[in-house]
Amino acid sequence: MKMATKRRLHGPAIWLCLLLALPVSVSVWAQDEGMAILKSECSSCHDLSGPAPTTLKGLWAREAPDLFYAGIKYKQNWLEAWLQKPQRIRPAGMFYANHIKAGEDGDVIDESTLKPHIALSADQAHEVSEALMTLKSNSDLIVKGEYKPGKISPTMGELMFDKFRGCLACHEIEPGYGGLAGPEVFTVAKRLQEDYLISYMRNPQAWDPKIFMPNKHLKARDLQKFVHYFRGLSEEKF
Amino acid sequence: MQLPRTRWVFVSLILLAVASSAWGAERVEDIYKTYCWQCHGKRADGMGVNIRDMSVQPRDHSDAKEMSGRSDDELFKAIKEGGQSISKSVQMPPWSGVLSDDEINLLVEYLRELCECKFGS
Repeated sequence: MKMATKRRLHGPAIWLCLLLALPVSVSVWAQDEGMAILKSECSSCHDLSGPAPTTLKGLWAREAPDLFYAGIKYKQNWLEAWLQKPQRIRPAGMFYANHIKAGEDGDVIDESTLKPHIALSADQAHEVSEALMTLKSNSDLIVKGEYKPGKISPTMGELMFDKFRGCLACHEIEPGYGGLAGPEVFTVAKRLQEDYLISYMRNPQAWDPKIFMPNKHLKARDLQKFVHYFRGLSEEKF
Repeated sequence: MQLPRTRWVFVSLILLAVASSAWGAERVEDIYKTYCWQCHGKRADGMGVNIRDMSVQPRDHSDAKEMSGRSDDELFKAIKEGGQSISKSVQMPPWSGVLSDDEINLLVEYLRELCECKFGS
């Protein structure tokens, strides 16, 4: 009698354990599949293991963003959507000097040198995003929860970004308005984790020793305000 | 006449240090291309790819008249601490976080080559 009761109790317990373990094993499976895609399709342009270039020639040769800290840089939902419908984020490519030519009214982007990013299927994009979220080098540069959500008026944000700090020189704050050497910032809050943004802006060279984004020596309060501004921009419809 | 072993080790270490510092040094033309072209342009004429929406046009480094109006110390300060440090545009950022003083001195010399000018000439 006792044995029968035990069997009745064990049956559901085993099923419950299996059900609880299922999402974990599915996720691990997706990560493995995604990592296989990353290695076969992406590693010829993206660095999956680091470190970032430490020479100018190394910087010039880099064709696409480093991914060895993708898990602490990108927002997964954005990654998954973007990989299915990739659009250029850096108007002049990864290293602008490789993609410009002298024109009559100054240097212009040489579109013929820019390659489109491959598009993935929905399943592949999910698997790759799962795999990317496991890449977490440089975690020591992040202070988890450092960004505290808040607001800044769009006018004040733009004043800070442009007139007070001069960042508009290199970054677009809306399509077709701003500098072209750096990545657009009107989508940056959709793309990147807030704590990463704070850390990167605080010291770009800690992440990427030779990068051509200067350290503006921003104060902690200003770093927060910049991210408030980016979050506001990402909600605008351009 | 043979040098004692410790002296050989010492000489080797010095040679190694000199060789490694020379190997790690970047060419000034490459530094200029990486950090300055974006605003000052491939032709150093102040017409870089970023200028479309700038409120102030970057300095034309090939203009002897403009460039001779700045001393080497001012150029060094502007590169290291940014345009505002010499009462110029905030769009010229401080490069102290990326470039060493030696590299900035090299850039100042290079600017004098580009403009073919000296301060006050």
